[in-house]
Amino acid sequence: MSEITYLEAIREALVEEMERDANVFCLGEDVGAFGGAFNVTEGLQARFGEMRVIDTPISEIAIVGAAAGAAHMGMRPVAEMQFADFIACAYDILTNYVATSRYRTGLGCPMVVRGPSGGYVRGGPFHSQNPEAAFIHTPGLKVVCPATAEDAKGLLKSAIRDDDCVLFFEHKYLYRRIKGTMPAGDHLTPIGKARVAREGSDVSIITYGATVWKSLEAADALANDGISVEVLDLRTLAPLDDEAIVATVKHTNRVVIVHEDTRTGGIAGEITARLNELCFEWLDAPVLRVTALDVPLPNAPALEDYVLPQTADIVAAARRAAAY
Amino acid sequence: MRLTRSLEERLVNLHRQNALVGGLFRSLGQEADAVGSAFAVEARDVISSLTRNLGSLLVKGATPAEVIRQHTASVDSPTRGRDLGLHFNDITRGYIGHISPLGDMVTVMAGVTLTFKMRGEDRVGLVYLGDGATSTGAFHEGINFAAVQQCPLVVIVENNQYAYSTPVARQTAAKRFSDKAPGYGIASDRADGNDVLAVYEATKRAVDRARSGGGVTLIELETYRRRGHAEHDNQSYVPEGEVEKWAAENDPIERFIRVLLDREKVEQGEIDAIDASVVTEIDAATDLALQSPQPVGPDALTDVFANPSRVQPHWYRNV
Repeated sequence: MSEITYLEAIREALVEEMERDANVFCLGEDVGAFGGAFNVTEGLQARFGEMRVIDTPISEIAIVGAAAGAAHMGMRPVAEMQFADFIACAYDILTNYVATSRYRTGLGCPMVVRGPSGGYVRGGPFHSQNPEAAFIHTPGLKVVCPATAEDAKGLLKSAIRDDDCVLFFEHKYLYRRIKGTMPAGDHLTPIGKARVAREGSDVSIITYGATVWKSLEAADALANDGISVEVLDLRTLAPLDDEAIVATVKHTNRVVIVHEDTRTGGIAGEITARLNELCFEWLDAPVLRVTALDVPLPNAPALEDYVLPQTADIVAAARRAAAY
Repeated sequence: MRLTRSLEERLVNLHRQNALVGGLFRSLGQEADAVGSAFAVEARDVISSLTRNLGSLLVKGATPAEVIRQHTASVDSPTRGRDLGLHFNDITRGYIGHISPLGDMVTVMAGVTLTFKMRGEDRVGLVYLGDGATSTGAFHEGINFAAVQQCPLVVIVENNQYAYSTPVARQTAAKRFSDKAPGYGIASDRADGNDVLAVYEATKRAVDRARSGGGVTLIELETYRRRGHAEHDNQSYVPEGEVEKWAAENDPIERFIRVLLDREKVEQGEIDAIDASVVTEIDAATDLALQSPQPVGPDALTDVFANPSRVQPHWYRNV
């Protein structure tokens, strides 16, 4: 098996699921003949036809709402947000309709809303956001953020088969920078299960998405100083894998939570609260956070680099946790 | 129409006895919109009603006992005490309840009817909005999406002159809501919303158009909301005499009875018999529904997700 990129892994998941189940279809802006802004859906319309890879108007509310209606009728829609930033346009229908439908009426919305999130690409304020926190806060939505090519494929296939709405935030920085070898056969990664990306004994770094890779770089640097770092890749943010979070804390007793999203109201705060509730006695140091600054993401390289968490920041935080 | 009005009157009585949970929204004076249009679709078609479409749901098979239970929030109500009033579904009977941001339902029904088209099914969709919801972004996105996709969808704007307290003149600068259709490249129609036969005919034309591949139609039904937004609303914003004028001169049930008596030569006795049977049906439904128990607190834990199917309660609820 040859290696494929994170982006190709997503496309492979779409192709496999569309071949497996005739109810699976894609819709979004420029996803058809053009193949999507990042070419994720390239070739899909030629292969599956215009009715299964639907070019839509610039209408995020309608894309999500139509996906929900189709899901009610037994379809398995995969809706694309051209950039995850634009999911804010669909906030109402996702939170008021999609997230509540099963609970209120018993009629669920088995659908995926996927799209490229994240920065480190000089995309500026409207093409770099990490919008996950708002949706983690909404009961009724599942949120997935794959860091590896293998998980990008396995989690997307699981998301398409899931009976609930899954928000699938791909990381555009990883699209062509990360490669992986896909396991043979029907490769499914379970939703709701974190992954130990690196084992270690002194400090745990809990993270997801592109900062998994920065955390692994930091772990390499810290190993040279004799600090053994465990990296937990959450993979799914809703529902959080409390078991895996507690397990790594019990193993290392020191925690740094890293995310690219802004700090206030970000998921690091939620994880910190859970650590208080679930394993306070196991902590030997205060829980530290490495996150973006609470500012809109600026475009100039020096500004973006300053705002987003960098490997050196993670190293500094892990050192502080280890020394406590 | 008689069942709609009498059932709502029963709900008003129960509301005054404090037997209901939450607000009560009437369709007094608008019964023809709901009933006439719902008779124009088939059992296999899917509608999405709004809060003044009790009549549409009854035509589609909802029972008076279910409606009363929805209003008492009982454990065996269609939403098991989780949502209010007419926010309830039965997809097998062909209705999807609306949510409060009503414009969203145009997008959902665009997806429902897109599915009919993708599968080549001979089914159409009908979504109801009020004059107010036409001002939302979701209305625009949904109707444009459905138009581009040539979805078999009928969009009914029930212009009852008020969105809560806001009159139509403060809602749109368009002369008529049906004038919005050309901008989307879709067909439009208008009908007297208090003439149940005109409502039926306009809806039937649109349904036939949708069924034969003619895409979306926007229908404006002109009517009048004779009660407040909900029962708590005293309509202080309504000009004096306006409600009374519509009630005296343009009641949809009275108008249809005149047609039945004068044109169709129906005997008054037949109409009286319908009225009596409606009362009997509602009495029985009320007796049944009021026996239903309320849900218990931990019932709130299930079905946020299909999997996991149950949310864990906070620890202090288990102490």
